[in-house]
Amino acid sequence: MATVSFKEATRVYPGADKPSVDKLNLEIGDGEFMVLVGPSGCGKSTSLRMLAGLEEINAGAIWIGERDVTDLPPKDRDIAMVFQNYALYPHMTVGDNMGFALKMAGVPKTERQQRVQEAAHLLGLEEFLNRKPKALSGGQRQRVAMGRAIVRSPQVFLMDEPLSNLDAKLRVSTRTQIAALQTRLGVTTVYVTHDQVEAMTMGDRVAVMKLGILQQCDTPLTLYDKPRNLFVAGFIGSPAMNLIEGDVQSDGVHLGDYTVPVPRETLAKAPDEKKLILGIRPENFRLSTNPESREGIPIDVGVVEELGADAFIYGTLSGIAEDELITAQQIVARISGAQPPHRGESVRLLVDETHVHVFSKTSEDRISD
Amino acid sequence: MLLTKAGVAAGDRMAPMPRFLAAAPNSQLITLPWAMPLADWPEENLVALPRGISRHVVRFVRVGTEVYAVKEVIEHLAMHEYRLLRDLTRLDTPSVEAIGVVTERVDHDGEPIDPILITRHLQFSLPYRSLFNRGVRQDTVNRLVDAMVVLLARLHLIGLFWGDVSLSNTLFRRDAGAFAAYLVDAETGELHDQLTDGQREHDLTIARTNLYGEFSDLEAGGLLDEALDPLVLVEAIEDRYRELWDELTGVEEFNAGEMHRIESRVRRLNALGFDVAELDITTDFSGSTIRIQPKVVDAGHHSRRLIRLTGMDTEENQARRLLNDLDYYRVRTDQQGADEAIVAHEWLTEQFEPILQTVPVELRAKLEPAELYHEMLEHRWFMSEKAEAEISMEEAARAYVNTVLRGLPDEEIAVESMESTGPLANPFDPSQGFADGEEDKPYDPWEDEPADSETTAQPTAAYLDIAALRAKTKK
Repeated sequence: MATVSFKEATRVYPGADKPSVDKLNLEIGDGEFMVLVGPSGCGKSTSLRMLAGLEEINAGAIWIGERDVTDLPPKDRDIAMVFQNYALYPHMTVGDNMGFALKMAGVPKTERQQRVQEAAHLLGLEEFLNRKPKALSGGQRQRVAMGRAIVRSPQVFLMDEPLSNLDAKLRVSTRTQIAALQTRLGVTTVYVTHDQVEAMTMGDRVAVMKLGILQQCDTPLTLYDKPRNLFVAGFIGSPAMNLIEGDVQSDGVHLGDYTVPVPRETLAKAPDEKKLILGIRPENFRLSTNPESREGIPIDVGVVEELGADAFIYGTLSGIAEDELITAQQIVARISGAQPPHRGESVRLLVDETHVHVFSKTSEDRISD
Repeated sequence: MLLTKAGVAAGDRMAPMPRFLAAAPNSQLITLPWAMPLADWPEENLVALPRGISRHVVRFVRVGTEVYAVKEVIEHLAMHEYRLLRDLTRLDTPSVEAIGVVTERVDHDGEPIDPILITRHLQFSLPYRSLFNRGVRQDTVNRLVDAMVVLLARLHLIGLFWGDVSLSNTLFRRDAGAFAAYLVDAETGELHDQLTDGQREHDLTIARTNLYGEFSDLEAGGLLDEALDPLVLVEAIEDRYRELWDELTGVEEFNAGEMHRIESRVRRLNALGFDVAELDITTDFSGSTIRIQPKVVDAGHHSRRLIRLTGMDTEENQARRLLNDLDYYRVRTDQQGADEAIVAHEWLTEQFEPILQTVPVELRAKLEPAELYHEMLEHRWFMSEKAEAEISMEEAARAYVNTVLRGLPDEEIAVESMESTGPLANPFDPSQGFADGEEDKPYDPWEDEPADSETTAQPTAAYLDIAALRAKTKK
């Protein structure tokens, strides 16, 4: 087991005018489950491939444990790409299917058997070890594939969108199994996905990337509660955070006919900005019980979606001209499903000051605490 | 059968028509039972051809006179592979031809089924499982290994990272006594402008592991010749690849007095079947040391020349053999000074085609025409040696047909059973191994539906349950 360090690691593809990965600094702890996430083209897969040795590193370095692996070929890095190959060989037993690469590497038979046995125990496959794989289900085949990586006992597991090739049902069960196994094995793991829900539910920490640049690396809850910039705020969370632009007042930010209170010290961090962006998660809204009070953000409700205990309302800021409605920003709120408003109704949404994220419009960085 | 836009009438069952994306559509494909999972397709649609193992459900289907390989796979993989195979065909890379992707499949209960990728069955192709069988000769093994290595190097030259190099993903065709290898499965492939050393090394590592696994599997099934050692085989592949790659791309330095080495490098590459389209030649400051490195090399040196001269599209070694015969024809007919293209046309119409027409029609599916002609040339050589006199091609052809060709299996579609030590559990799917009566499965608690409501309530996994995440973190 080992730590992994990206030190100003940069990859520029030949002919490209911008780096695909730009000065990436990332410290992954021993035994940590690190997820790299971001939209297509953000550099997450390239970063993983730099670590694997498949992409050259044009500047900076990558270390695994105490070794600088920047210029080492892939096979000398002591890493395992999990799920790379999961074709099962029909004439070999499940045990041999897991351990054949050890045989190729010249690992003595007793040690081989021991490692296969241990992996089978972890994976609940002991009963299957001496059987042929033909009757295995999709999930069991996945576990044999994990076993192949586990028996190698590498320093780091690499997984590049491992669930993207599975059907929806297998995806959920395999996701749970990978996370549980990783915790039990304690092997440093770097996992790449474009799916923020997958990232948030699996990772000890999640590194969010965009256009080759690391935006934020934190625990899932910190990413959710304190997104460092507008991109992370909008990317993490499903349904997404509402990001609403408003005029700066002395005591807050004006939305519709209501001023959302923002502490003066927060406003003071962007003294020259006339407009700021407020981020409010759908579940942090409450419905005002007194719509006449002018207390709360005024919303014209467009759609109501009732989901048992909760309801989602989709609407727009009140007072928007008819011809601007089509392009107007949609605001989503998750409220109690007890007495949801009706379509076409005007309501007011309240939010606690502590749940208001404030972002600079120019730098797009977070300025609230 | 009546086809409508809304549905296929099949007795009392109706299912919506799926969507076809096809570059070379064959209307008969529409009548296949798309509303059924591929694993359940009726035998009347299937052909049991030998093939490698696969992680997806793969079947061969016969539609009219054509045979197709069909693979059930999730949509983004099907589309990716379809596009990549089209690109590889455009780049003139030996690979199977993608015919189409069938998406939006729904079964009779309205449940969606994974899409299907359709590729054309490669005629006269032989999967490895029928080639490394018991009794295989060592030089045959070497030739198979060489073919695999040439394929890998060719793919790397055009910038393809294969990602799943294996014998199961390769088909072989006979090539004038040697073999030519074709890429069959491009699911994990990625086309780059140029591969890094790391990508090539990784493909080699994958090749080693997969091939070792495949050879070990044949060994475990009693299907590998006992004289062959899986470890020696995979090492040979790695060594040969490195040699070939070095010849194709390596830098060579020599003194200014050894300029002939440029010519000999080009000749060596030609002999390996490659053309040098661009050679980088630099001299040091004093002009005493020359440094050469091939920058662009294209495979198919001989086959391109043959196609240019005769229009015949053959494998590389077959082309080399036929070109030699063409040269011999030119000498024999005393036309050394004549235009090459004119002589080639004459050779084709006066020599090659008449000889092949002496083969009875019913025997013509046994070997490809170019391979057949090569075999006849070989046969003539043996006969001439034995007789210590020149035997005519006509006589050799007649003797070959009667003494050899009649006894050979048909290879246009090689149906020879591959797993010879036992009946397959499913004749259409070698991935399932032999039928061995081991049908009962031990209880596996991991296979139980999760009791955890958190997982069952959100099977689509598209929604982030932050409350659950907070609860987990507190724990």
